[in-house]
Amino acid sequence: MLQIEDLQVRIGDREVLKHIDLVIKPGETHILFGPNGSGKTSLLMTVMGYPQYRVVAGKIYFKGVDITDMPIHERARLGIGMSYQRPPTINGLKTRKMVEICAAGEKVEVEDLARQVNFVDFLERDINAGFSGGEIKRSELLQLMAQDPDLLLFDEPESGVDLENISLIGNAISRLLQRDYEHDDAKSIKEKKQIRTKMGLIITHTGFILDYVSADKGQVLFEGVLACKLNPMEIFRCIKNMGYEECVRCAT
Amino acid sequence: MRDIDEKALKAREKKAVLGPDVDLATFTADPVQHSALKSLDQLPDEDRSQMLKAGIDTGEAGRSGSYIQMDTAAIFSRSRQEGLEVIPIKRALKECDWIHDYYWKLVSVDVDKYTARAQLDLHDGYVIRALPGSKVIYPVQACLYLDKENLSQYVHNLIIAEEGAELHVITGCATAPHLRRGLHVGISEFFVKRNAKLSFTMIHHWAEEMVVRPRSVGIVEEGGLFLNNYICMKPVKSLQMYPTTHLVGKGAVSRFYGLMVGNPGTELDVGGRVLLKAEDTRAEIIARAISNGGTIISRGDLVGEVPGIKAHLECRGLILKGGVIHAIPELRGTIDGVEMSHEAAVGKIDQEEILYLMSRGLSEDEATATIVRGFLSVDIPGLPAGLKAEIDRAVDQTEKDMM
Repeated sequence: MLQIEDLQVRIGDREVLKHIDLVIKPGETHILFGPNGSGKTSLLMTVMGYPQYRVVAGKIYFKGVDITDMPIHERARLGIGMSYQRPPTINGLKTRKMVEICAAGEKVEVEDLARQVNFVDFLERDINAGFSGGEIKRSELLQLMAQDPDLLLFDEPESGVDLENISLIGNAISRLLQRDYEHDDAKSIKEKKQIRTKMGLIITHTGFILDYVSADKGQVLFEGVLACKLNPMEIFRCIKNMGYEECVRCAT
Repeated sequence: MRDIDEKALKAREKKAVLGPDVDLATFTADPVQHSALKSLDQLPDEDRSQMLKAGIDTGEAGRSGSYIQMDTAAIFSRSRQEGLEVIPIKRALKECDWIHDYYWKLVSVDVDKYTARAQLDLHDGYVIRALPGSKVIYPVQACLYLDKENLSQYVHNLIIAEEGAELHVITGCATAPHLRRGLHVGISEFFVKRNAKLSFTMIHHWAEEMVVRPRSVGIVEEGGLFLNNYICMKPVKSLQMYPTTHLVGKGAVSRFYGLMVGNPGTELDVGGRVLLKAEDTRAEIIARAISNGGTIISRGDLVGEVPGIKAHLECRGLILKGGVIHAIPELRGTIDGVEMSHEAAVGKIDQEEILYLMSRGLSEDEATATIVRGFLSVDIPGLPAGLKAEIDRAVDQTEKDMM
């Protein structure tokens, strides 16, 4: 379980998150909507543990551990993983090697994983070097597949992805979150749901990812405040019809 | 030979253009007795382990020949393949007439006092030659080893790839674990004949008070390829070299790759110069320098003398724990229609890269090491896998020491 209590975060002197409370239970996936600059990415980066996001008050608990002051790599080892929107290029570090790093010593069939996101041809390339928006997404998913975290943070997973690849990416995210509804002789969908443990927090600006990934709860983050808690499809419909201006009305 | 001696005598006090001047009188140059080996197993374990760090496998696994010089004496030389000659240069000077077509033909004996002394006090060195058309797939290894404290070692090497031949050489320069101070002067002359391919990988593994002054020049004929790789990761007091390659035949190609680490107390002044003198010649110089508190001057010089040539120079420096990296890339085109470029960058590790790797589970130190490893990993087309592995091993070793 991820539990965020009254979280307040600053970058430098600027307040980016104000009194955030959020609980994601095992097996749950939440969608976070919000206009640009509302603090969505800040929330993800804070949960991941980026030091420039300074927690000035509040607590973050994960699996019952207070991780508020825990360094990034310890959070990763505890089971938090993130898919970035604009990850840095690391020259000379091959994508294959990066996938192995993510697997943390576990045996991993890099080719098999890469095939699932159509990324085999990129394994010998330096990680993120000259990758297009869609290629970055596939690379990030490939890394998460190797890392197999329990809480997955997705920063705008559909941005920059062409139509051809959107379902590929959506399906890969669903698999990571144990939400792929492929027929299984052994277990019914209900049984699968019951044993689902993976938690997800997906940021979306456009909401298009909802066509491919099911979610349990939706929230709108607006000017650093979680403003609205509803069924994600309902929020999506509101925003589609009325835009984020309506959120301004609700929040003020 | 007398002419050469005379020129050498005149230049014996001549200071070098680059690098701090070295007082040669503070070193001994007297020959040191070491008996010849029947087998490399006879080497003491500690020497074998030092040699291994410089890429010299005394088990000769995957090697087509070996040359080992201990201080001033050639103690082992052997070719294990037909079409390959490995001969100590002193013996070659006595026994092989053809040697005079090569000896001091590319490097001038009166360049500076180091070249002069390499003639006047020549200890030994190797001649490695691949006969016409022969493919020496496994590398030949050559080790120049210093055991005697305060010795100046004067070496002259000739590396010849005859027409259509393929030759890979790995040279390891190393010192005994107890050695602190010494001087190594190595003259190397490279001959890559028509359609021949030569790769020369040099791994330096010196001691903290060592002074090193290599002097080398290569020539590449029509259709020839010369790959020159240089790795220096260990402390050394002062090392200055500026290997030069002349591309004289149509379509000749030269690539120079340098990986250097400047540890505290180390001053490296390493360059590469290629003169493109024939049509369709290509040259590439790529340097990666990491300063760990030392000083690295990374020079590069490309000279385009005929239309249609292409050349690129790239130097990247990473300052890890203080120190100085000074990149000096130079391009000179002397005619219309040359295509030359350079890029140089000196900086530090990007914090975002470290955090990204940490979010994949690496500690900060592991992340830094991974980034450094990537920085030093350069794809070298045409290099046999075995040699690539040697370079990787040298780099891995450094990574462990640095962190």
